[in-house]
Amino acid sequence: MSMIADLISYLRGNEKKTAVVAKERLQIILAHERAGRGASTPDYLPALQEELMVVIAKYIHIDRESINVQLEKHGEYDVLELNITLPDKMRNNR
Amino acid sequence: MSKVIVVTSGKGGVGKTTTSASFSSGLALRGNKTVVIDFDVGLRNLDLIMGCERRVVYDIINVINGEVSLKQALIKDKNCDNLYILPASQTRDKDALNLEGVERILNELKESFDCIVCDSPAGIESGAFTAMYFADEALIVTNPEVSSVRDSDRILGILAAKSKRAVDGLEPVKEHLLVTRYDPKRVEAGEMLSVTDIQEILRIPLIGVIPESESVLQASNAGTPAIHLDKSDVAEAYRDVVGRFMGDAGLPMRFVTAEKKGFFKRLLGGR
Repeated sequence: MSMIADLISYLRGNEKKTAVVAKERLQIILAHERAGRGASTPDYLPALQEELMVVIAKYIHIDRESINVQLEKHGEYDVLELNITLPDKMRNNR
Repeated sequence: MSKVIVVTSGKGGVGKTTTSASFSSGLALRGNKTVVIDFDVGLRNLDLIMGCERRVVYDIINVINGEVSLKQALIKDKNCDNLYILPASQTRDKDALNLEGVERILNELKESFDCIVCDSPAGIESGAFTAMYFADEALIVTNPEVSSVRDSDRILGILAAKSKRAVDGLEPVKEHLLVTRYDPKRVEAGEMLSVTDIQEILRIPLIGVIPESESVLQASNAGTPAIHLDKSDVAEAYRDVVGRFMGDAGLPMRFVTAEKKGFFKRLLGGR
């Protein structure tokens, strides 16, 4: 049974392996938690996030969970990352 | 110079005590005078894993309170000449473990031991904090699983910010990643985080990988640290960990790829 299911998902080639999902989820949540932990976090970040959301919501109908703002350190540089997941039309029409 | 090494993880049930028992035994087998301390006051278990539960008379709280000398509370290990165990108290609550008292004990132990291994309780409360506070080095025991990795990251944050070395502005605690309960077959099937994934996320050097194995339960059943088991991959893996810790060069990382099974074995459905 599970072999058949495996085969189907293999042939479709679209199913993400759970380990990949796990890694992505961890990278996102840990970046967030590390940012909150460090003393160097700028205190304007929550306000900035809030305002960005308001602006974006003016143009695109998305829920809050699909916007993610985070500050990451890449070596010497701080990178402000804004991540917006656009609504999937297919899914909405179904 | 003696070293204080904490075995910690945040999450419970990942293999801290199993690791403390085997790691301290391995250090002793390599000729280091070693003591392993159970910091899990109220829920002591290191004595069971080391197989000395019936020889416990006094514990770390008795020593902190000055009721007995350190010498009276130390239990000599049955397998290694160079190894002693300092049990936790089973009846007292964890507030009895204070930083001043622990520091006094550690300083006294440093006079006669090369390695002091601190077996941390789970969580991030006072017991776990006390266990890691004085550490020079840390083994971060992590399972290839999201909650364990997240908790390890939290512990790394605490080590970097609140340990004595951090507070005193000394060289930071040397961190080592130890991945336990690793199943290469599931990793290859994409069902489990790989060692590389975990390293990439936690960003600390890897000291070893302990494969998932039935022999760990058998070792704890018998009260013999897993490193002493014959023909066991877990024992081999822990010996490698000790070797790397002692600075042995060129030890390959074993048990990270799935064993290829022969055609007949697969045909017969062997696991």
